[in-house]
Amino acid sequence: MPLLEINGLRANVGDKEILKGLDLAVGAGEIHAVMGPNGSGKSTLAQVLAGNPAYEVTGGTVTYDGRDLLEMQPEERAQQGIFLAFQYPVEIPGVSNAYFLRAAYNEIRKAHGEDEVDPLEFADIMDEKLALVDMDPSMLNRSVNTGFSGGEKKRNEILQMAVLQPKLGILDETDSGLDIDALRIVADGVNTLKRPDNATIVVTHYQRLLNYIVPDFVHVLANGRILKSGGKDLALELEEKGYDWVTSGHVSMGAGA
Amino acid sequence: MSTSVVVGSPVESYVAPFDELVGDASAPAWVQSMRRAAFDRFTALGFPTTKNEDWHFTSVAPIADSEFVLLAAKTGDIKRDELAAFSFATGQTAAWYTMVFVNGRFAPELSDCAKLPNGVKLWDLASAWTKAPDVVDRIGKITSYDLNAFTALNTAFMHDGAVVQIAKETEVDRPIHLLFITDANAAKGVMHPRNLIVLGRHAKATVIESYVSTSEAVYFTNAVTEVSVAEGATLRHYKMQREAARSFHVGTIEASQAKDSHYVSFSLATGAALSRTNVYTTLGGEGAGATLNGLYMLGDDQHCDHQTQIVHAQPNCFSRELYKGVLDGRSHGVFNGKVYVHPIAQKTDGKQTNNTLLLSDTAQIDTKPQLEIFADDVKCTHGATVGQIDRTALFYLESRGISRPLARRLLTYAFAADVLETLEVDEIRQSLETATLERFV
Repeated sequence: MPLLEINGLRANVGDKEILKGLDLAVGAGEIHAVMGPNGSGKSTLAQVLAGNPAYEVTGGTVTYDGRDLLEMQPEERAQQGIFLAFQYPVEIPGVSNAYFLRAAYNEIRKAHGEDEVDPLEFADIMDEKLALVDMDPSMLNRSVNTGFSGGEKKRNEILQMAVLQPKLGILDETDSGLDIDALRIVADGVNTLKRPDNATIVVTHYQRLLNYIVPDFVHVLANGRILKSGGKDLALELEEKGYDWVTSGHVSMGAGA
Repeated sequence: MSTSVVVGSPVESYVAPFDELVGDASAPAWVQSMRRAAFDRFTALGFPTTKNEDWHFTSVAPIADSEFVLLAAKTGDIKRDELAAFSFATGQTAAWYTMVFVNGRFAPELSDCAKLPNGVKLWDLASAWTKAPDVVDRIGKITSYDLNAFTALNTAFMHDGAVVQIAKETEVDRPIHLLFITDANAAKGVMHPRNLIVLGRHAKATVIESYVSTSEAVYFTNAVTEVSVAEGATLRHYKMQREAARSFHVGTIEASQAKDSHYVSFSLATGAALSRTNVYTTLGGEGAGATLNGLYMLGDDQHCDHQTQIVHAQPNCFSRELYKGVLDGRSHGVFNGKVYVHPIAQKTDGKQTNNTLLLSDTAQIDTKPQLEIFADDVKCTHGATVGQIDRTALFYLESRGISRPLARRLLTYAFAADVLETLEVDEIRQSLETATLERFV
């Protein structure tokens, strides 16, 4: 059984239907890229999986690790191993990054019946994770994402992912706004975190990130549905031919690679 | 001589206790005559109604309609170990100089003010009339009761409180804590603490004024504190209003500032069913500055009103004001910030901000900035915001596994963080940070 199985998922933002019957299966140990033009529903998919209440699910099923994901509160999803790296990480002035990270880490430990760690123990854990994303320890004393550059915010997302060690990581346009060095740092972080028992969904508009995070599967999302799926070469083909190649009907529905 | 008032009016119940108090001539003659004049003024003014512009959003009917007993004699049964909860002590720092007042009366046996450094003097008001006549002669000269019935009432009944004098060029090594505590014996009682804080030239001190209770009693605190800050002096003056939940609290602080002085005020209000705090200061010398900050955190049916007034009477002065409110339940917050800039007060630099976080749909805030500027070369800004917990931020925290109650507490704390950061006494800042994190679920 796949780690994540989505069948016929429909979701609205306000009155507008964005996801129109989306199917996707992600197995443990796999990296999936979901690509598509602007407005295709990529970010909606990411937000719905994380449980954002601003998105209304109107149909379909999502099974995660054998459970009905749609029945779970956002914090429960996170506690059970789902992590969304936000396209636009939220600034929270007044809460230090260190406090935030430790609170999240401890909430997840508590959910698994494990003891909470104190600030000193947590500092040791952080040393290693900071190195992974090449972040200065001083970042921990700053308010969450507040005044961070675009690249710092994205690295902070990957830092959180490294600390929380999700079973299913979802990267929503993590490459947008990154220069090539930051892109490499982010990709190295993701690659280092890859394990046989976890999976990653990389949501992206551009093929660029996939030079660094090599996907096992590539899916083309347009108009709220997966129109085409394939191997990593599909990303290169999209780069060359553009999304019109898929969305204007030159390929038949569901044609796999 | 007794005072005549209309029978059945709300001020009537104050007449007999007043006649008894002025019959006791332990205070000097000038105090007696000030008390009489003030009581006459109080009976003439009566309790303010919501038709009074300064009380438009706050009805004091629950106070006016109650018959409180004057807590004139010493009462109370507070043990020393009960003070720890209100002392901000962490065990790592030296004990603060503390004057404890139980149910409105000085309690020397609970206080820590026997050994004071050179230049620091503390008296209880009843002793100060005779022991420090040249200090207490400032009383009634810094604040006026003419238009404020509660100040008039306090002046009529003033007979205890703290008198703090810091000599010129004295920097006090630790905070001075004026701890007003009530217990069950204060039930249905009223007290009128009257305090005076006088800083000499270039003196520097921190005074904490706390109002707390060990009981759930209904009582009424009607406090007035006058403050004189001489040239170049700096006073940090933190008022911590954490009264019993069903009590009433009205407190006026009025400061007079000389050239190059700095008055730093912080008003915390978390207690009382109905409270009103006035913080007034006059920048009466060039180069003076006032920082007035505050935080009120309310729930249930609490009503809390702050009125501040900064008078820029001289050129080249600055004022900074940041008040924040966190309102839950059916609570009602009021903020009225007045800034007057006199015609000669050129180069005035004033900034006022009032931000409110509403945690429920039934909480309410009335915020009213009031700037009256008669000079033409000034920089004055004001701003007010009212908001709710940011849903995007809430989801961001939840998406990291943080439960909704903790996420709400974190965001509430984050809202209050910048005003808490202005507290320069570590023990108080940490204590309030913890309280902010724990209060709201």
